[in-house]
Amino acid sequence: MLSLYTRRRIINIAGLIISVLAMAFGLFWLCWILWTLLENGLPALTPVVFSQMTPPPGSDGGLLNAIAGSLMMTLVGTLIGTPIGILAGTYLAEFGQRGWLAPITRFINDVLLSAPSIVIGLFVYEIYVVHVKHFSGWAGALALSIIVIPIVIRTTENMLRLVPTTLREAAAALGAPQWKIINFVTLRAARAGIITGVMLAIARISGETAPLLFTALNNQFWSSNMDQPMANLPVVIFQFAMSPYEDWQKLAWAGALLITLSVLTLNILARVLFRQRATTH
Amino acid sequence: MIAENTSSPKIIVKDLSFYYGNYRALKDINLNIAEKMVTAFIGPSGCGKSTLLRTFNRMYQLYPKQKATGEILLDGANILDNKQDLNTLRAKIGMVFQKPTPFPMSIYDNIAFGVKLYESLSRHDMDERIEWALRKAALWTEVKDKLKQSGTGLSGGQQQRLCIARAIAVKPQVLLLDEPTSALDPISTAHIEKLIDELKEDFTIVIVTHNMQQAARVSDYTAYMYLGDLIEFGDTSVVFTNPKRKETEDYITGRFG
Repeated sequence: MLSLYTRRRIINIAGLIISVLAMAFGLFWLCWILWTLLENGLPALTPVVFSQMTPPPGSDGGLLNAIAGSLMMTLVGTLIGTPIGILAGTYLAEFGQRGWLAPITRFINDVLLSAPSIVIGLFVYEIYVVHVKHFSGWAGALALSIIVIPIVIRTTENMLRLVPTTLREAAAALGAPQWKIINFVTLRAARAGIITGVMLAIARISGETAPLLFTALNNQFWSSNMDQPMANLPVVIFQFAMSPYEDWQKLAWAGALLITLSVLTLNILARVLFRQRATTH
Repeated sequence: MIAENTSSPKIIVKDLSFYYGNYRALKDINLNIAEKMVTAFIGPSGCGKSTLLRTFNRMYQLYPKQKATGEILLDGANILDNKQDLNTLRAKIGMVFQKPTPFPMSIYDNIAFGVKLYESLSRHDMDERIEWALRKAALWTEVKDKLKQSGTGLSGGQQQRLCIARAIAVKPQVLLLDEPTSALDPISTAHIEKLIDELKEDFTIVIVTHNMQQAARVSDYTAYMYLGDLIEFGDTSVVFTNPKRKETEDYITGRFG
């Protein structure tokens, strides 16, 4: 019969080993993906990628139009989705204690949060693209904003709920009306968390392919006209990677690396920002 | 029971009952709060002392299921009346909470926040008001060189004094203190108690405390509450040395609670 102490030590070590193995298993694939990306993407990531348009097969070219298109649609999508998301999240956290509207909104938002992005692409295709009869950057941005909204709603609500009730009461005790309490006290207290949520939403949409396939489609040429089909990195990667042309495949690797690096940067930035603010409050 | 006290009452509570949903947390409370004196509410956890305090500025109205019946007269006017404007009421009755609650903004803006709700002061007047409030709260010398820094960066005791400064900057008539020192260390507690003594020159103070020694040290009148009833109310010296009721004596001597 082992002593209680020895038994606990053995169980502890066994638990530790299983946890470390599980972590190693997860990290293994992540590292492999990153390694393959770097191996194939880095050689392809030349200055030409940033200075030239997507080429026809067999000639030289870069990804400038796709990079610009992705940036524009991500920006517009975020600009549309963020205010709606923050306002709705604020409603849920600050006014959602009574009535039937908030629970329903919260439920629908959860559904939207987990909706496959291709469904969102098809939805925008159906309500917008079909009516204007052409693919466009606006449609792409619209689809992206629909992905942004539920993410921002969820993080805004969660972050506002983390603000202690006593802070609201303290502001109310001074006689501040509710809109002032929300604007100047609770939203400010939750600011770092909300910004983090927005950044994570940007990271999410910058890699989305499916919603753009049915909305912005693609464009071989430089176009900054949001009312025209618009080039973007995910769809270009999708097309070029599937093609038999080696120079296209190389560009797809470069694009994939670019997206991954920017998403990684956004995630790290979000974490750093959140941690910094969290320690000062 | 009706408790009387000698000096002129600032607040008169008449047959006050309070409900959390269907649960009756206060039962027909009657008492007078004397002007420019310190009144302490003591009693075991859940006795209703904080609940009673929070009816004085109608804090409970943030929560839909809470309601109060009866009357609370502030200078003769019933503040439980629906016609009573909440913002004007809260301008007259300030409150400081158990945990320090600095807003996520600079020390200066923390205090200016409340003042701006009622007055539009020039930059110069605002500066003066903020210095006045910080001096009153015995915090000025510690923060005068860092008014632009975040209020959340101060120590717990300093944060609590900042909250007191913020409450008095609005120039209320009554100051409600809800266990203001229970989250603080003994030195900060001593600071705040000394402050309470000074503040009663200008303000009517009501303090809820778990700490009976504190009630004995800072208050002029003490109310002992138990399970939503006001058991005994009177001069602090009498309540602590010669209580009329057996329950009070049991509590203050530590045999109960």
